[in-house]
Amino acid sequence: MTSWWDLIEGGQSTPEWPYPIRYGQESRISTDVLVLGGGIAGCHAAISAARRGASVVIVEKGHIRRSGQGGAGVDHWQAACANPCSTVSPEEYTRAIVDGFAGYDCGPMRYAQCRESWDAALDCERMGVQIRDVHGEFEGAEFRDPETQLLFCYDYESRHSLRVYGDTMKPCLHKETVRLGIKTYNRVMATSLLTEDGKAGVRVVGATGVNVRTGELYVFRAKATVLAMAHPRREWVFSTELNGGAATFADLNIVGDGHAMAWNAGAELAGMERSYDTAGGFAYIQYGVGYPDNTWFGCTMVDARGKPVPWFDGSGRELAAVRDRFLPRDGQKFMLIGGGLTGSSVTPQTQGNHIDDSLAERIRSGEVVLPLYADLPSLPAHERRAIFGLMVGNEGKTRVPVYETYTRAGFDPDQDMLQAPIMPPDAYRSPHYPAGVSVPQWREIFGGGLMVDWDLRSSLEGLYGAGRSVYGAGDHSGAATSGRYAGRRAADYARDASGPAVDEDQLETERARVYAPLQKRPESMGWKELNAGICRIMQDYCGQFRSEETLLRGLRLLAEVREAELTRGYAANPHELGRVLECHTILTVAEIVMHASLARRASSEHLDFRRLDYPAVDPPEWRKLSPIRRDHGEVKTRDVPLDYHLQPPYASTYEENYVAHGGSSPDTGGA
Amino acid sequence: MDRRVYMVPNPPMPNIPLQFDAAVCNGCNVCVKICRTDVLMPNPERLTPPIVLYPDECWYCGCCVEDCPRPGAIMLVHPLNQSVVVSWKRKKTGESFRLGMKDPPPPNTRPPAR
Ligand SMILES: Cc1cc2nc3c(=O)[nH]c(=O)nc-3n(C[C@H](O)[C@H](O)[C@H](O)COP(=O)(O)OP(=O)(O)OC[C@H]3O[C@@H](n4cnc5c(N)ncnc54)[C@H](O)[C@@H]3O)c2cc1C
Repeated sequence: MTSWWDLIEGGQSTPEWPYPIRYGQESRISTDVLVLGGGIAGCHAAISAARRGASVVIVEKGHIRRSGQGGAGVDHWQAACANPCSTVSPEEYTRAIVDGFAGYDCGPMRYAQCRESWDAALDCERMGVQIRDVHGEFEGAEFRDPETQLLFCYDYESRHSLRVYGDTMKPCLHKETVRLGIKTYNRVMATSLLTEDGKAGVRVVGATGVNVRTGELYVFRAKATVLAMAHPRREWVFSTELNGGAATFADLNIVGDGHAMAWNAGAELAGMERSYDTAGGFAYIQYGVGYPDNTWFGCTMVDARGKPVPWFDGSGRELAAVRDRFLPRDGQKFMLIGGGLTGSSVTPQTQGNHIDDSLAERIRSGEVVLPLYADLPSLPAHERRAIFGLMVGNEGKTRVPVYETYTRAGFDPDQDMLQAPIMPPDAYRSPHYPAGVSVPQWREIFGGGLMVDWDLRSSLEGLYGAGRSVYGAGDHSGAATSGRYAGRRAADYARDASGPAVDEDQLETERARVYAPLQKRPESMGWKELNAGICRIMQDYCGQFRSEETLLRGLRLLAEVREAELTRGYAANPHELGRVLECHTILTVAEIVMHASLARRASSEHLDFRRLDYPAVDPPEWRKLSPIRRDHGEVKTRDVPLDYHLQPPYASTYEENYVAHGGSSPDTGGA
Repeated sequence: MDRRVYMVPNPPMPNIPLQFDAAVCNGCNVCVKICRTDVLMPNPERLTPPIVLYPDECWYCGCCVEDCPRPGAIMLVHPLNQSVVVSWKRKKTGESFRLGMKDPPPPNTRPPAR
């Protein structure tokens, strides 16, 4: 009996839940620093806080060993500006990214990344992650530095980003947390933040959680709390019917619980109106089809007749040789490539080399014949092995799902060309073919999150943010570095902070909410149907085009669903309980997105944001952040300049602020 | 045909993301312990493979396969909706292959870079 069919066809009765049921039971835990989410940012936050002498507790919905978006590996480690071979300074890299995002990026988090990404990589190396070609497999390759044995990706001249053997990243981080005596509560879903006197908008004093195997309630009392539960997902489109949990790029657990919890506690969130379109469950196997970007950057693509698709540099000049793809053009200081940094989110100065922009037209005209293939055999041996063997092999979700699965089926990169998906011509405008063909009203939040200061502290005392919880774009090294930074600041705060007290009324309200889905009624509804219903509201009322009219109606509809269908959400066991509570999160995040969309009364190309009633695109007076928060049931917004982090009360340079806020901390020493 | 038939709901989609080889798996439940989305439940029968209770929540990350102390006990099987279009062409011969084909070519045994 292992499969679902065996289970119910085998003539046996349904097995009982395998874990003890502890609904209503409660554990209380106290700590200096509480880290919510044991992914990349959370692990680094916990480790750096513990090294600062704080007692630390991690709360993780899955199991810390493999949870989160970095749990299945990492192959490109970006912004390692301080590595001995890099020719790019942290200031240059920060500016390039912030400018690429037209100012809509989190300056403090980005600068901390550029400063500490290399340190963080060394730290991971001390924990057991391989970050160099220690066995000399790539000896002689242009992307390998013989002295340090480092391997670089994307831009072989400026050497700011590394290729790493990050398949074991999470197991190594996990081991370090154990070594440091950090206590992790696995399978505990954080559900709410606790605040002083139970009020919103004041100091955060801990959190509640529920065990998704036993149903037990946890009450965590903490002097400082770090939010590290990544970004909201499953808002506009979600169905497991086609590809199961691969319906979303992040796994199912990642829904933005942290965003909903912060909002309910009165914290300020920024950038929540920004989104982009997605293919939802219609995407292809991640990194598992031939394409010329990110993990597969630099791969030669040929058409059905074997004709190579040309590569171009950022100025539109065709590149002759394979090696040119990895080198900046004449006079260009460095390129930004990979990890979503190809295309419109980079400035012309750092625009990377890429497959022809006019590919769509040339497919239409018949000049390029589909399908395309990734012509691995034609690449120099080191490049081929770096793509299929190093990158595919260590990139998240590639070691088993792609490398092992494909080679077992006979795929041999030395001889075989992997087919690219056959899509409508315009879908090839983005070089990330595995993402599939997106639909405009199916969207994902991009970069919205906690508004933070130079301590990565939120607008609430005692609440810090790291990784994708925070406003701004991010990647693996960005999560690691912001985790380190926020962990330090949280530990420093906790050292002098008074002991927190839990408000019993607040706890009682949360207890009632958490356990409500256990009640079965004739009109009960499962979590998937609830999720899909909220998605439909988002598609229709807050999709590619929005207006005050649709958003206000959408908010009304969400409020109705909260009162009606959401209260009928039913959970047959603790696992389903977690999933129903995620629907509470999804609904709350939907409200946040609608409020944020109402607050921005202008359209924006940069934010992929269209208001039918305010069609002017990026008018100068709207080049700003409009963070929102909830205050006594009302939504408050304010105007914040995009470079708020370089304006008073802060200093005018990144460096000064970074140093003044505990940057450059020598806490990297592992052993 | 002498066979008992039951009233059962349709199988969840995708059907079987993980196939266990009962001859190799000893029911140690390491995979149950680490699966991020709790797809797997310990089998009430000791020393036997876990139950794939929530195939529809599998993220296809392969961590269970990787962390399994008994190589070959678990095989990851992509949903047909994705795997059916994974194909490749042998450059020299022009032959086409696809993931899941009936008579696949011999495996390529080269391990990933280390
Ligand atoms: C397949 C894949 C491959 C990638 N490869 C790369 C790469 O090569 N290079 C790169 O730079 N970036 C890569 N990324 C992106 C990178 O992994 C993420 O940017 C990074 O993991 C974000 O870190 P985080 O800590 O914010 O989120 P995560 O690492 O996702 O961690 C969030 C954690 O919070 C937990 N959680 C969520 N809700 C709750 C709750 N209510 N209670 C308790 N815990 C909760 C989750 O289970 C998870 O463990 C990849 C992403 C994916 C999905």
